[in-house]
Amino acid sequence: MLSKHGVFERHTWLLGLGTLIVVAIGGIVEIAPLFYLKSTIEKVQGMRPYTPLELAGRDIYIREGCYLCHSQMIRSLRDEVERYGHYSLAAESMYDHPFQWGSKRTGPDLARVGGKYSDDWHTAHMVNPRSVVPESIMPGYPWLAQRKVEDRNVESKLKTLRAVGTPYSDEMIKNAKADLMLQVDPDAKGVKEFQARYPKAVVRQFDGNKEYISELDALIAYLQMLGTLVDFTKYDASGPNLR
Amino acid sequence: MDMVETRRETSAFSDALAVIGALVGLALGGFLAVASADEAMKFHGVVLALGSIAGAAYVVLGGGRGETGYYMDGPIKFAAIASVFWGIAGFIVGDIIAWQLAFPALNLDLPWTSFGRLRPLHTSAVIFAFGGNALIATSFYVVQRTSGARLFGRWSPWFVVFGYNLFIVIAGTGYILGVTQSKEYAEPEWYADLWLTIVWVVYLVVFAGTLMKRKEPHIYVANWFYLAFILTIAMLHIVNNLALPVSFTETKSYGLFSGVQDAMTQWWYGHNAVGFFLTAGFLGMMYYFIPKRAERPVYSYRLSIVHFWSLIFLYIWAGPHHLHYTALPDWAQTLGMTFSIMLWMPSWGGMINGLMTLSGAWDKLRTDPVIRMMVVSVAFYGMSTFEGPLMSIKAVNSLSHYTDWTIGHVHSGALGWVGMISFGALYCLFPWLWKRRGLYSMRMVEWHFWLSTVGIVLYITSMWVSGILQGLMWRAYDELGFLKYSFVETVDAMHIPYIIRAVGGLLFVIGSLIMAYNLWRTARGDESTELAGQPLVAAAPELRPSLTPAE
Repeated sequence: MLSKHGVFERHTWLLGLGTLIVVAIGGIVEIAPLFYLKSTIEKVQGMRPYTPLELAGRDIYIREGCYLCHSQMIRSLRDEVERYGHYSLAAESMYDHPFQWGSKRTGPDLARVGGKYSDDWHTAHMVNPRSVVPESIMPGYPWLAQRKVEDRNVESKLKTLRAVGTPYSDEMIKNAKADLMLQVDPDAKGVKEFQARYPKAVVRQFDGNKEYISELDALIAYLQMLGTLVDFTKYDASGPNLR
Repeated sequence: MDMVETRRETSAFSDALAVIGALVGLALGGFLAVASADEAMKFHGVVLALGSIAGAAYVVLGGGRGETGYYMDGPIKFAAIASVFWGIAGFIVGDIIAWQLAFPALNLDLPWTSFGRLRPLHTSAVIFAFGGNALIATSFYVVQRTSGARLFGRWSPWFVVFGYNLFIVIAGTGYILGVTQSKEYAEPEWYADLWLTIVWVVYLVVFAGTLMKRKEPHIYVANWFYLAFILTIAMLHIVNNLALPVSFTETKSYGLFSGVQDAMTQWWYGHNAVGFFLTAGFLGMMYYFIPKRAERPVYSYRLSIVHFWSLIFLYIWAGPHHLHYTALPDWAQTLGMTFSIMLWMPSWGGMINGLMTLSGAWDKLRTDPVIRMMVVSVAFYGMSTFEGPLMSIKAVNSLSHYTDWTIGHVHSGALGWVGMISFGALYCLFPWLWKRRGLYSMRMVEWHFWLSTVGIVLYITSMWVSGILQGLMWRAYDELGFLKYSFVETVDAMHIPYIIRAVGGLLFVIGSLIMAYNLWRTARGDESTELAGQPLVAAAPELRPSLTPAE
C-alpha cells in the first residue's frame, strides 16, 4: 500500500487536498454537534445578556488579560464545588463572546465570585491587592479608578452582540447609554424599568467615587454579577440536561 | 518578442503591482489614522501606512536587485534575522513575567507593564514571531533546495516575510495597548487577523507554487510537513477568528461563537497551533536539517509516510483535553483524551525517525554541538509528547489542569523542542546563506547548548514541583473533611519554584544572546581560529571541498 504513496509525492494539489480532508474530519465531528445537542444549547432560567455597565466591565476584564490567571469554569470535582460553588453549566457562558473559561488558576476561579466580597473590598483589592491579601501576587490596577468608562460605542457594541446572537431587544439598545449611567445611581429615574430589562442587575455606586463612572465601577459591576444569575435552589440538576 | 524582453515586461508588471498594493495599504492606513476615534486603531493605521511606504520604497529603489543567484535567499535572510531578533525579545519578556509572578511589585502598577498584557506579548513573540519567522525562513530554504527550483514569484516571497512581520508589530503593540480578543494564542483583533489571512494565502501560493515548478520528481518529506502546517493553520486561523467588529474603524470585535461552542473551537485551534505550528512545521525542519547536518539519509521512508498521515489525522481531535470536567459534553472529552493518547504513537514515530537518522553518525554528537542541539531537541520532543498524552488522561488532568504543570509541559516542548531545533537550523543557515566557511565560534554554540539545557531543566522541574504541589493542595482535606488550604496559601507555596523557574529562563535568555552574537559575527564574515575543527557541512555549499556531493 505504501508503494502507492508516490502519487501524493508527485502531485502538489493531491497532497494538499489529501491533507485538508484528513485534518478537517476531527474538528467537524467534535464541533458541529455542539450547535445542536440539547446539553450544550439548553436555556436555563435566569440567564440574561449583560447590562451595558457589566459589558463594559467585561471588556476591561478582557483588555487587561484577567483570563490568563483566573478561570471561570468550575469543574465537576468535589474540591472545586466545595471551594467555588456549583459546577458551571454550559448555559452560564452562553452570552460570552468569547468564552472566559480560562486555562490557568494563578488566582482563584471567578465563575461565582459575585457577591462573595464587598464593593469596598474589590476597590481596595484592585488598587493594591496586597492591602487586603498580603500573599497575593496579582498586579495592582490603580489606573482603573482614575479612568472614565468609555461610552463611545455602547450602542454599537450591543448591536454587534445582537448580530452574533445575543438577545438584546430594541429597548435595550435604545437605552444603552442611559442604562450605563444609571447602574451606578440608585436614585435615578428608571431603575425599575432597567431592572425589568435586566433582572437581578445590581444598581449602586461600585467604587465609592460619585464624580464619574470609572472603569473600576464597570469592572466591579461585572465581577459582582458573575455566577449570580442562575438560582441553584431551583435548578434541577437531575434533569435530562445533566451530562 | 524574445524571452528576455518578456521577462523584463513581467518584472516591470509585478513591480507596478507591488507598488500599487503598497499604495492601497498607505491609503487604508492613512484613512484609519485620520478617521478612527480609537487611539489604538489610529496608531495601527500609522503603522500600516509606514509599513506600506517602506515596502514601496524597497521596490522602487531596486531592493532585491542583488538576488541574481539560482535560489532566492533575500527573504530567507530577512526572516532568519527577524527570528533571532523576536526570539530574544520574546524570551526576555517571558523572563520578565516569570519574575513578576515571584515579585508582583515588578508589574509597576502600570497598564503597559502588567502581567495580563505582557503574557500574550510573550507567547505571541515566541510562537509566532520567533517560531513563525524560523518556519518561513527554513521552509523557503528547504522547498527551493529540495525542489531544485527558485521561489515562486518576484515580490510575493518578500511580501510574505515583510507582511508577516508587520502583522507581528501590529499584534504585539496591540497587546501592550490592551487590544486583544482574549482567545489564547489567537489574541490579535479582527483587522490583524484579516491582514494575516492575506499574508498566509500568499505564503501558501509561494510555497505550493515553488513545489509545482520543482525539477525533482518527488516532493521531499520535509515539504509534506511544511505544506500541512501552512494549510491547516489557514483553516484553524480563519474558523477560530470569525468575529464581527463593533465598527470598521474600531479595534474591538465580538466573536461569532460563544460559551461552550467557542471553547471547543478555541481549543481545537489552540491545540493544533501546537500540533501544526509548533509540531508539523518544526518536523519539516527536522526532516531537512538533521539528515543534512548528519550527512545521513532519513532513517525510514515508510515511517515518514505512516508518521505524517497519522500525525495530522490524530492531532486535530486532541483539543477537548483542554476542557476535561467542564461543561463540554463528556463524549467530546473522552474522544479528545482517546485521540491524545493515540497521538503518542505517531509522535514517537517522528522522534524515532529523527533520532535514528544518526545511525552510523552518533560520534557527531561529540564533535558537532549543532547536531547535538538538534538531537537533544528531538529528545525533548519525545519527552513532551509522552507527557502530553499522560496529562490528557482525565484522572491526571483533574490534578494537572489549571496548574503550572501545564506551563512546564508547554515549555519542555517550546524551549526544548521548538527552541533547540530552530537554534540548530539557524546555526546551519547563517553560514549557508551568507556564504561563509563555517560558524564564527563553535565554543559559543557549546555554551549556548549547555546554558539552554540547564535552563530548561530548571524550568520544567520547578514547574513540576509547583504544579503538582498546588494541584494536591487544592484538593487536600483535613481530618474533619474540610478543605485544608485556602487558595492564597497555595499561591504562597509557589514562591520558591517561581524564582527557580525565572532563573532557568534567565539562563535560556543568556544562551540566546550568545547565539545572536555568534550569528552576527558569522554573517559579518569574521572567522575564528577554530574553523579547522568544524565539520565540512558547516560551510556554505559553494565553499565545501568538491568531495562532498553538490547541493
